[in-house]
Amino acid sequence: MKISLNQKILSRNEECAKKNRAFFKENSVLCLNVISSPGSGKTTTISRMIKDVGDKIRMGVVEGDIKTDTDAQKIRDAGGQAVQIETHGACHLSAEQVYNAIKVLDAEKMDMVIIENVGNLVCPSAFDLGEGARVILLSVPEGDDKPIKYPGTFAEADVVLINKIDLMDYIDFNLERVLADIRVVNPDVEIFQVSATTGEGMEQWYEWLMNKSGAAQAAR
Amino acid sequence: MHETAVAESILHTIIAQADKANAKPVSAIISCGQFNTLNDECMQFAFEAAAAGTVCEKTKLVIKHIPLRAKCEQCQTVFEFDVYKPACGQCESKEFDFEPDAPLLLETIEFEG
Ligand SMILES: Nc1nc2c(ncn2[C@@H]2O[C@H](COP(=O)(O)OP(=O)(O)OP(=O)(O)O)[C@@H](O)[C@H]2O)c(=O)[nH]1
Ligand SMILES: [Mg+2]
Ligand SMILES: [Zn+2]
Repeated sequence: MKISLNQKILSRNEECAKKNRAFFKENSVLCLNVISSPGSGKTTTISRMIKDVGDKIRMGVVEGDIKTDTDAQKIRDAGGQAVQIETHGACHLSAEQVYNAIKVLDAEKMDMVIIENVGNLVCPSAFDLGEGARVILLSVPEGDDKPIKYPGTFAEADVVLINKIDLMDYIDFNLERVLADIRVVNPDVEIFQVSATTGEGMEQWYEWLMNKSGAAQAAR
Repeated sequence: MHETAVAESILHTIIAQADKANAKPVSAIISCGQFNTLNDECMQFAFEAAAAGTVCEKTKLVIKHIPLRAKCEQCQTVFEFDVYKPACGQCESKEFDFEPDAPLLLETIEFEG
C-alpha cells in the first residue's frame, strides 16, 4: 500500500515562522536574520550597529551559537540587549527558538530585532525564522568563490554585506566576480561593502536600515 | 548538516502514518530543490541513525533532486539552471528569471502488504 502525502518536511518550522512574522508585523519590528560562515564578523558588525545607531533604533539581539554565551556578552558590552540561544550541536536556529527568545527580549518594545544565526553558510538558509530581511555576510578573507559555491544561500538573501573590505589590499579577492556571481542567482539583492572594524561603508547600510525600519514604524 | 532536522521530521510523520495504517513502512520518497539541497550520504546516515529502534529501522529512503528551472528573458525558453553554465541553453543570454525552487517534500510512503 502506498500513500501520497506531498507534505512540506519543515512545515512545523514554517508554521512557527509565520507566527513570528505576524508578531513582528503587528509590533512594527524589523527583524534581521544574519547568516555567515564562522568568523565573518557577525558579532562585530552588530556591536558596531549598536554603538553607531543604537540611539536612533532600539535594537534587541538574539544570539545563536552551538555553545557558550560569549557573543551575547559581547553585545551587552557594546551596550545592547541580548538573549543567547545555545543550540547544543545544531547547525542552525529554528523559528521556535526565536519565538521563545523574543518573548524574553520584550521585542514588542523594539524597533529592530537582529538574529545572529549559528556560524554556517549552508544550513541556516533552510530555516525561515519569520524575519523581515535576510542578511548574508561574506568577508574578504573567505575568498571570492563563495557565492558560486553556495548559490542557495545567496539566492534567498535580501542584503549581502561584504565585510572586512579593509583587508582587500592584502588578499586576492576579485570583487567584480563576487558581485557578478551574486547577481546571477539574485539580481535584486542589496549589496553593501563594509568594514565592521574601521566603519568604512557602514553609512549606506545604516541608511538602508533606517528606511526599512522607518517603513515598519510608519505602519505602526 | 540540517539533514538531521529533516530526518527527525520525516521520521515523526512516517511513524504517525504507520500507526494509522497499522503497517510497516517499506520505503519513503522525499524530494528537494537545488537551493536547499540535501546531501544523499548525510541524509541516509541521519535517517538511519534517527530510525534505529523504531518501526522505520528497515525503511528505505529515496531522495529525489528536482532541477531548478529558469525562463530566458530574451527568447522565453524555459531551461534547467546549471551553476557551471549560468546561461540560457537556447540563446546563451544571461538574463533570466528563476522559477520557484522545489521545496523539501515528503512525497509518498509505501507500506508492507
Ligand atoms: N580586519 C577586519 N577584521 C574584522 C572585521 N570584522 C570582524 N573582524 C574580525 O573577525 C573576527 C571574527 O569576528 P566576529 O564578529 O566574532 O565573527 P562572527 O561572524 O560573529 O563569528 P561566529 O559567531 O564565531 O560565527 C574578529 O577577530 C573580528 O575582530 C573587519 O571588518 N575587518
Ligand atoms: Mg559571533
Ligand atoms: Zn534565451
